[in-house]
Amino acid sequence: MTDLLYSEEEEALRAAVRDLLTDHCDAASVIVRTESDAPHDLSLWKSLADGMGLAGLLVPEAQGGQGATHREVAVVLEELGRAVAPVPYLTSAVVATEALLACDADDLLAELASGRKIGVLAVSLGVAPGGAHKVVRQENGSLYGELTGIADAAAADVLLVPGEDGGLYAVDAGAVTVVPQVSLDLTRPLARVVFDGAAGRRIGDVEPAVRRALRAGAGLLASEQLGLADWTLTETVRYLKERKQFNRPVGGFQALKHRLAQLWLEVVSLRAAARNAADALTTGDDTDVAVAVAQAYAASVAVHAAEEAVQLHGGIGMTWEHPAHLYLKRAKADSIAYGTAGAHREALAELVDLSAP
Amino acid sequence: MSEETTGADSAAAELRRRTQELLAAHPPLETDQLDFLKARFDAGLAWVHYPEGLGGLGAPRALQAVVDAELESAGAPDNDPRRIGIGLGMAAPTVLRFGTEEQKQRFLRPLWVGEEVWCQLFSEPGAGSDLAALGTRAVREGDEWVVNGQKVWTSSAHLARWAILIARTDPDVPKHAGITYFICDMTDPGVEVRPLRQITGEAEFNEVFLTNVRIPDAHRLGEIGDGWRVAQTTLMNERVSIGGMRIPREGGMIGPISQTWRERPELRTHDLHQRLLKLWVEAEVARLSGERLRQQLVAGQPGHEGSGMKLAFARLNQEISGLEVELRGEEGLLYDDWTMRRPELVDFTGRDAGYRYLRSKGNSIEGGTSEVLLNIVAERVLGLPAEPRTDKNVAWKDLSR
Repeated sequence: MTDLLYSEEEEALRAAVRDLLTDHCDAASVIVRTESDAPHDLSLWKSLADGMGLAGLLVPEAQGGQGATHREVAVVLEELGRAVAPVPYLTSAVVATEALLACDADDLLAELASGRKIGVLAVSLGVAPGGAHKVVRQENGSLYGELTGIADAAAADVLLVPGEDGGLYAVDAGAVTVVPQVSLDLTRPLARVVFDGAAGRRIGDVEPAVRRALRAGAGLLASEQLGLADWTLTETVRYLKERKQFNRPVGGFQALKHRLAQLWLEVVSLRAAARNAADALTTGDDTDVAVAVAQAYAASVAVHAAEEAVQLHGGIGMTWEHPAHLYLKRAKADSIAYGTAGAHREALAELVDLSAP
Repeated sequence: MSEETTGADSAAAELRRRTQELLAAHPPLETDQLDFLKARFDAGLAWVHYPEGLGGLGAPRALQAVVDAELESAGAPDNDPRRIGIGLGMAAPTVLRFGTEEQKQRFLRPLWVGEEVWCQLFSEPGAGSDLAALGTRAVREGDEWVVNGQKVWTSSAHLARWAILIARTDPDVPKHAGITYFICDMTDPGVEVRPLRQITGEAEFNEVFLTNVRIPDAHRLGEIGDGWRVAQTTLMNERVSIGGMRIPREGGMIGPISQTWRERPELRTHDLHQRLLKLWVEAEVARLSGERLRQQLVAGQPGHEGSGMKLAFARLNQEISGLEVELRGEEGLLYDDWTMRRPELVDFTGRDAGYRYLRSKGNSIEGGTSEVLLNIVAERVLGLPAEPRTDKNVAWKDLSR
């Protein structure tokens, strides 16, 4: 039966990750970092990956990982979402790792699991599981072409690149040109990757690897969205208890209380949907439906929570200094990442036999 | 951890053994249903978390499932939780917590076996969401209380033998302080039950007029003036039972409309498809939230999600049933039957889409309006400041009404 609760071990993991993020990932420094040339926090990544071994959660111990499950990864992502942490965890430790688990490249898998290398699947962030994506062409064993919308490519050591022959190629980041794109979400920046005769090693077939990777990415993104929504709700409630207007705490006005209570209900519901997706990815039961349901629901909650945070903080919510904008930008970008809600509803129509006219 | 598991396992084994003993002593196929239920109650297997001698064994609540599974596979008759829902869900936990030993012995067994149906005399025409403003008066005369007033929205009143009743016993103190909780005999000549016809055409509820109803002081639950606190137990259990149900995928209102969509391709349009899929997702998420709440309760970590679940289901029921009326097009212009009936049970999905649409309007009103529940969530869960109170230190008789 689906387990929708958190185990004691998962709560302990959550506490450890949250402690680390509290000490090393405060909002002010995330804002400063987004304006620098190095938007990713690689020392935080090192603490998470090297220090805590979290990059290898999904990798079996025999292949150099921790042999944990999607349930633990989901808890890590909740905390990373709460902090809008600028680390390539979802892209490297989840999506690229899942792609490698479908391939034959144990050396790379072990390097990603240890966190020594950051890997990125070279598929545009907006592609839904089962959706169409671009490929590069091969000539005489070298790769040519251009791929856009590749999340966290700027931090990658290795790219997993779909070729037009149906093969997935591992390409060293030094062999390609990565051109940062100006991204809506400053904490998970996108890049254009140019292949001009780059050498690639074929490690497996594109179709099963990309499908598996994007399904896990979509399903676990819901937990990041949950963490994000939970933080914005908590922070907004805290602020509205302090902020006074008309000689009363603003949070005492019924119009605002009802909005926050409604938002709480959405967050509680998202928690159930996100847990269900993480559990389904772990057990393999009902996974496609669970992932599609979570992604068809999560985006509207995360965006709504972030939008409410901006609005209910009043003018402060519009400033660059207050972190609410980081959450809004991440939430809005997440609403497209790994497929929009509409794309997932379309998938559901087939999965649960509610066909279009 | 392993010790606890062993403990739970052996408790389950013990319950299984007792259930088999009951089945052996009262073979279900040869025993009258009522006799079987009485024997089950006396064996402590009715509600295992109740105390010994009152239908239980003081066992963990979750272990009821062990007993139920054994009885079901043996084909044993069960009581009818839907017909006696108010007794089971509201009266019983209140009697258990606040009743005297005599009251517990007298009322719990006939309640559980279904010999006696209960109803609830709380709401009044002038006291709905502001329930503590109620005006039904109870005046003491020797060992009796004389009750006068009017109650409303009373389901099962026309079937009930007993009622839980709250009435004002002291109008000179603030409203919450002057209320006392009673058990009312519905066969008393001063009790008049009138059907209350609703927008569906049915009379699912009743109005109850109380004229010089005499209640012995022995039928008081809790202290004089402490009725509001006693009523909180009743209402809390109502919310838990609303939020704690387990439903399969497409088990609620989304089920019939999904079936209609599959069976009637000629009704499909792109606009309806988009709306249906969105509601299907929301219904599935609400189902998962309910399941998560249930798992929390079983694990002994009750959350506040119960109030939230009621809010979610009320909105979904209304939106889904509204969409289904539209989906049916010309048929949606029709209604199955306007005959006034007094149903024993209300089956929310048992009639057509029009009925479901109209009946679901009550879901955001009954058991606490959505507006009041949002306040409760905001104040008790999120800790936001309470609404300003103008009635706090005012005697009930001086309140404006």
